[in-house]
Amino acid sequence: MHEWALAEAIISAATEAAEKQNLRQITEVNIRIGELQQVEPDILEFALSQLKSAKFENAKFKMESVKAQLKCRVCGYKWLFNKEGLSEETAEAIHFIPEIAHTYIKCPKCGSPDFEIVEGRGVWLESIKGVQ
Amino acid sequence: MIDPRTSIIDERLRNIKRIIAVTSGKGGVGKSLLASTFALILTQEGYRVGLFDLDFTSPSTHMILGVEDVQPKEEKGIVPPVVYGMEYMSIIYYTRDHAAPLRGADVSNALIELLSVTKWGKLDFLVLDMPPGIGDATLDLIRLIKRIEFLVVTTPSQLAFETVRKLVRLLKDLQMPVIGVVENMKVDKADTIQREVNNLEVPFLNIIPFDGNIENAIGHKDKLVRSTFAKSVKPLLANVMS
Repeated sequence: MHEWALAEAIISAATEAAEKQNLRQITEVNIRIGELQQVEPDILEFALSQLKSAKFENAKFKMESVKAQLKCRVCGYKWLFNKEGLSEETAEAIHFIPEIAHTYIKCPKCGSPDFEIVEGRGVWLESIKGVQ
Repeated sequence: MIDPRTSIIDERLRNIKRIIAVTSGKGGVGKSLLASTFALILTQEGYRVGLFDLDFTSPSTHMILGVEDVQPKEEKGIVPPVVYGMEYMSIIYYTRDHAAPLRGADVSNALIELLSVTKWGKLDFLVLDMPPGIGDATLDLIRLIKRIEFLVVTTPSQLAFETVRKLVRLLKDLQMPVIGVVENMKVDKADTIQREVNNLEVPFLNIIPFDGNIENAIGHKDKLVRSTFAKSVKPLLANVMS
């Protein structure tokens, strides 16, 4: 239920954003979920539904999954994160802290751990919609 | 696009009375040993304490304290295990005995992640063992934890103190609270560092003599709290409370 902590962060950030935009009610929350963090969308959605305040009464939580693209800083090779082949313990460590990927994943071409997480790292609040 | 994690950090730290970052401009001055020992002493004095190792690329507090076979619990976030009466958090739970080759932006991201998902209990003190220098971790903590206080460690070495001078000036310019400077590994009676610290107009806290036996206490909590080093750290309590 680590997703619960991330859901709390989303609710808090969306509430702050709504205040800045003078929104009375939030109708839509758009969330991007990077695959590197391996967040379970169902659990995240359940946590969001349990945590939402009155301001979110009619809100729809829309989630978009983003492939985790990695790019080697040494040889420039680009590849997509795939948790197959990782032990359960390692996948879980990356789930808690995506940067742990640098400890366990190497560039498939040159073997370097010095790669960039180009996109698809973790959870982002893309936008909110609502009524003033 | 908003990073939602930073919005929840204040809430995660809400039940912590004081957050003290043990820091220095240089590595190898004894920050981790001081942070670990100070956290143990605070715990022994009856305070509720957390220790958070923020030196992600070279964590060492787990070795100093001899922490083994514990893992955080997953409970609507990450709940740090209690070790010797204090809540203890380190990246080592996830990197285990492997290297963590992280660039600055990765350090920053990992720090924000852990601050946003770690569920500390009600604490009197959270002691942060900082990585050396004025890098991403220091800048992020200044940005994200408005009530952080800094406890600065130097050695009698001119090289260490020169970096400390710059760090203290920066912290003062940023109007961050500096509890003071500790002089560690003292081998003579020279008061050069004390005078230099006075010139910086921050408190000179105390002197910790070089303890030639401290290596034998690494990994042994009981030996550590009985060490000459720990006896010299203890007066810091009064400084921190005042």
